[in-house]
Amino acid sequence: MKLICRALAATLCILPFVAHAADDGKNIDPFEGYNRVMFGFNDGVDHYVFKPLAQGYDAGVPLPARVAFTNFIANFGDVPNAFNDLLQGKVAAALTDVGRILINSTLGIAGAIDVASEFGLAKHDEDFGQTLGVWGFGTGPYLVLPLLGPSTVRDTIGLPVDYYSDVRKYVFSEIPVRNSITGVDVVAKRASLLGADVALEQASLDKYTFVRNFYLQRRLSQVYDGNPPRPKDDGADDDGANDAAPAPGKKEKTE
Amino acid sequence: MISRAFKQIRNLVAAASLSVLPAIAMAATAPDALIKSVSEEVLTIVRQDKAIQSGDMTKTLELIDAKVLPNFDFEAMTALALGRSWRTASPEQKTALTAEFRTLLVRSYANALNRFKDYQITYLPLKSQPGDTEVTVRTTVRKAGQQPDTVDYAVHQKDGDWKVFDVTVAGASLITAYRDEFAQDVKNGGIDGLISSLKSKNAANQGAPAKK
Repeated sequence: MKLICRALAATLCILPFVAHAADDGKNIDPFEGYNRVMFGFNDGVDHYVFKPLAQGYDAGVPLPARVAFTNFIANFGDVPNAFNDLLQGKVAAALTDVGRILINSTLGIAGAIDVASEFGLAKHDEDFGQTLGVWGFGTGPYLVLPLLGPSTVRDTIGLPVDYYSDVRKYVFSEIPVRNSITGVDVVAKRASLLGADVALEQASLDKYTFVRNFYLQRRLSQVYDGNPPRPKDDGADDDGANDAAPAPGKKEKTE
Repeated sequence: MISRAFKQIRNLVAAASLSVLPAIAMAATAPDALIKSVSEEVLTIVRQDKAIQSGDMTKTLELIDAKVLPNFDFEAMTALALGRSWRTASPEQKTALTAEFRTLLVRSYANALNRFKDYQITYLPLKSQPGDTEVTVRTTVRKAGQQPDTVDYAVHQKDGDWKVFDVTVAGASLITAYRDEFAQDVKNGGIDGLISSLKSKNAANQGAPAKK
């Protein structure tokens, strides 16, 4: 754990220097060399540690217990959701989040049952990286973090805020308890991806590129709460109207 | 004589009803209704079929062939994933690209299919104007104990039918995710390079079918 913190801290120190090399759409991944190495490392750790644990969790823990645990963790997540919704000026959403916490912590038995969703209070999914995005900060370069995986400079800058807005550390003051909960949470989250990982392996020509693109798209969509601006069409249509670039010849030798 | 006349009439009736059918089908199936009926039908079959649940690839592919594939426009998907390079491809290259991309998508979908049985799908109301030829059908999928995710289908009209040309999962478009990959391969080895890397990926997938 200490090692991760240190690696993160080191990454954070470098950030201000790289952030300015930000995103005018030129190259989203200037650190591809480093990123690919870290991606490979994470993949290895996943293969030997997290995936087996997740499979054990999936097979060993009965479904009702898994559902209750996921809800229990998600209930804590509504606190930073409310916090970030407020920072983004979404007062109604923040009120919904607070309502969810109140209902689920009581009627939902300490969050184990997501009663609020049944009442029509929709769950949100916010973090400080998104808040920065809403405030107009570009993503900066793509960055693969040790163990935490895909990120960007902006989202990494958001991490310390996410860390301190996670109320679990204030609720569970005993460190072993807190760490156990975090550990199970990580395994449970990984378990929810079992199957998707196989599909990813099969569907992608180059897993690194595929994951990078997926992550960046997903984050953009989250910043716009599911309604991102339509990407510019590359012009697969045949009208040729906005075909500004010189038409390449039959041979594709652009570089 | 009479039997021959009957036969002619019968053929005539058959031909007439056949030509009317597509029109009825078109009028009857709105894009959201189409997505819903296909999804629910496939889910029902997967939930009941023990062979598919135990990973019988032949049966899974048969199901996909019969129910799912007719509703997809693979040529449009390939064209979008290729972006600008699509226009520089020869007709033979286009055919090969579409076929290989289709195989890649179908195989990875087939391997994931039997996991879908645990999901509940909610279909959100369609936002479209009459006369729209391109719409997005929004759904959320949910599995017990997991956060729900959005799955959106981009659907357009082709030859009078609605066909899916992109699927967006959790805010990330499948076709867009392939764009960088395709561009990378085209840059390195031209369109033929992309075709061959799709081919070898498909061969690798077939060689080692993934378990769940």
